[in-house]
Amino acid sequence: MSSREDILEKIRRKKFPDQPLPNLSEFGIVYANRVEQFVAALKSVGGSSLRVNTLAEADQAIRDLDVHRHATKTCSLIPDIGEANVDLDAVDDPHELEDVDVAIFPGEFGVAENGAIWIDAKNVKHRVVYVIAQHIVVVLDRCALVDNMHRAYDRLSFATPGFGMFLSGPSKTADIEQSLVIGAHGPRSLTVVLVENGFSD
Amino acid sequence: MTDHAVLAQKFVANSPRAHWHDRALWFVRAKRDLAAKSLPEWEELREHASDIKAHCVAHLADYLEEFTRNAEKLGVQVHWAKDAAEHNQIVLGILQKHRVTKIVKSKSMLTEECHLNPFLERHGMEVIDTDLGERIVQMRHEPPSHIVLPAIHIQKEEVGALFHEQLGTDEGATDPQYLVEAARKHLREKFMAAEAGITGVNFAIAETGGFVVCTNEGNCDLGVSLPPVHIACMGIEKLIPRAQDLGVFLRLLARSATGQPITTYSSHFHGPRPGCELHVVLVDNGRTEILGSDDFRRSLNCIRCGACMNTCPVYRRSGGHSYQSTVPGPIGSILAPARDAAKHESLPFACSLCGSCTDVCPVKIDLHHQLLTWRGEIARRGLLPKSKSMGMKFVSFVFQHRWLYEWSGKLARFSLRVLPRWMIYNRFNAWGRQRELPAAPRSSFRDWYRHRSKNDGGKQES
Amino acid sequence: MKVGLFVPCYVDQMYPEVAWAAWRVLTHCGIDVDFPAAQTCCGQPMANTGCVDQTAPLAKQFVKIFRPYDYVVSPSGSCIAMVRHHYAEFFENSADYRYVSERSYELCEFLHDVLDLKELPGQFPHRVGIHQSCHGLRELRLGSSSELVKPAFSKVEKLLSLIDGIEFTALQRPDECCGFGGTFAVAEEAVSVMMGDDRIADHEQAGTEVLTGADMSCLMHLDGLLRRRKSPMRVLHVAQILAGDDGKALFS
Repeated sequence: MSSREDILEKIRRKKFPDQPLPNLSEFGIVYANRVEQFVAALKSVGGSSLRVNTLAEADQAIRDLDVHRHATKTCSLIPDIGEANVDLDAVDDPHELEDVDVAIFPGEFGVAENGAIWIDAKNVKHRVVYVIAQHIVVVLDRCALVDNMHRAYDRLSFATPGFGMFLSGPSKTADIEQSLVIGAHGPRSLTVVLVENGFSD
Repeated sequence: MTDHAVLAQKFVANSPRAHWHDRALWFVRAKRDLAAKSLPEWEELREHASDIKAHCVAHLADYLEEFTRNAEKLGVQVHWAKDAAEHNQIVLGILQKHRVTKIVKSKSMLTEECHLNPFLERHGMEVIDTDLGERIVQMRHEPPSHIVLPAIHIQKEEVGALFHEQLGTDEGATDPQYLVEAARKHLREKFMAAEAGITGVNFAIAETGGFVVCTNEGNCDLGVSLPPVHIACMGIEKLIPRAQDLGVFLRLLARSATGQPITTYSSHFHGPRPGCELHVVLVDNGRTEILGSDDFRRSLNCIRCGACMNTCPVYRRSGGHSYQSTVPGPIGSILAPARDAAKHESLPFACSLCGSCTDVCPVKIDLHHQLLTWRGEIARRGLLPKSKSMGMKFVSFVFQHRWLYEWSGKLARFSLRVLPRWMIYNRFNAWGRQRELPAAPRSSFRDWYRHRSKNDGGKQES
Repeated sequence: MKVGLFVPCYVDQMYPEVAWAAWRVLTHCGIDVDFPAAQTCCGQPMANTGCVDQTAPLAKQFVKIFRPYDYVVSPSGSCIAMVRHHYAEFFENSADYRYVSERSYELCEFLHDVLDLKELPGQFPHRVGIHQSCHGLRELRLGSSSELVKPAFSKVEKLLSLIDGIEFTALQRPDECCGFGGTFAVAEEAVSVMMGDDRIADHEQAGTEVLTGADMSCLMHLDGLLRRRKSPMRVLHVAQILAGDDGKALFS
């Protein structure tokens, strides 16, 4: 008998009490002001935020960021945003991204309850860019905010192969005496640029 | 196996350090309380989580098959392992096929349970634990003392000395920021050199064939996004039915674990990177056994948040290593005897039955009741120390015979009043080592009640 | 209404004044209280050690003795928790067991839930610290535990508030275990004592003069530590405060 059959057989040997799955469609906290809550949550997890009106303003705000001005290697996954000099698609080996200073990429939507942003890497050649860069900047449509994680999953589908993640703040650790240190292995800072009029204009 | 109480006594003997440990973990518990209270629906959320787990267990075989089918559709190679040995062999086989000698691993309690690291090292491979806490304990050649905070028992001076010796940091440097920076540099080199990444799995989704790994440091993503091989190892109980169920668990996990609203990275893997390989190893290693037990099945609900450890007054004051088990604390004291009751017989007794673990558990495992049930199981299997089993037989006999009980009570009270102190407080009296016994009264309540009834027929108030 | 008073074995022998105080409070409320002399122990020490076979006869003895009463009341949360939550395995579908288990109350719970006590005479002008015994708190839910996200309440505090003059002290850890835990107190002596000392330190920083609670076993442990350290903090069972008399003079 293969291990697979063995394990399945052992499980099926006994009947267990069943329980219906919960209906989560209406469940979860709702905030009076989602943007405010998102910004506060983001701050609490070590991220910072900027609010701008248009994509052009976002571009300017990002160029003005200290981390961007001091960057030698910058990679942007959004056309015409930031001053990029690393073309991800031209890189064959992801190890070459080791010394990227700043990575700029879009967020699909944000979650007010925890400041997390859904990042979809479906069309991104090297997903290591999200964690290997020293600093990251996420551009997010202000209207693309949901209240809680249940509403977040309402928006997600995993029908095709791919990778995505909820990103909540910069990389961090508290493994030495519970002292919070920002910048464990991954990015040392996360700036979220909330764009008022989104990507549609 | 050393009794938990013996190791605990050693831990407590260093009182400042034991208090430091207690406070560090209580701080985490306090953060968890704030995080839980930020959600008015917290108790319902726990209820939902418990229901989802119960549902999943009731259909586990079907869901495992559904997961496998969907994962394979995504290009994932799924393996099944009956036990730790088979799990280790499978992982070794994959690594050898790719001629891998350098591996980075993010936190996985399962691979700890299977003792994967020493196994791979025996085959000439270098395995680097990349979670900072895990790396620290690995450099010290000791096991983690907590499942979420592996180095919670170590003070920053000790980390400083360790890093000075092994990573060349300045002597006497203890600033966490500085030490983390040194570790970052050290581990980045390891990430860049790794030929394969191994991770655990927090949740695997039957409906999609994907899985989720949660970290704060980003070590999982760095570890598996550079090399061409990713091996994810999971116990079969990590399965959940639907992607939307993740909403429930991700809301509970980090809040319960550290008081964060969510982990920094909650990475959803659905298939390998183009041109790379993704393997999932499904491991039983005693889980189907626990599944078959009506008493202990719910312990498989565990999502490894560590909240029961942080809240446990015994764990906080005895340290993770006193449990001598991969998973320490309340949940560990249920899981370990399930694996080897004779070896871990003292763990279900390393508990005052306060029940805080049960109330804090995000998936509503009735931890303290299971610990009590384990005590019965240990007695049933004849594993209780003779002093306990004979003692209780005697006491029970006394309580079944009222005259004997009354006579014993009288004798005890009399002895306490008349015997010299040295005869009462000596090395055989563990109670009296640091505590006074009650001041014995002349009469018992029943004596008083008997006489009172004689005097006034028991009707009037005195 | 006829109430059978269950007095835990160690209270009967070592703290008769606590049993007396419980009896006095119940009598004051006009309850017909009886103390059936056949009672000894609920079996908890054996159950908590895993000695199921040694527990069973005591559980059966308990149900038999207390079946004739309308209610069973005891000044001990942990014994009542034993009867209510841990007796089931010894009785197969026994109506007597169900009757007794459903009608067994911890003293404060009985005063609060069944009698809905609204006033008590007397005053107690002291700074009082409540020790929330775990079994009372998390098995009987005499109060809200700090882990749960539910409205805060405490039946013990509510009853004590009926007495004039009490000032309650505020703890840093409102419901941490004192480390008694039955045989745990001896088997894990080192941890048990550290837990107790930590509770006491919390009460000291809060300014507690009188330490009280609904379970004498926890209080016995804490009192043992306090007396060894020659602390001025006094320990009284909640029944003694409610009775307006610690009853010690009757038994010493």
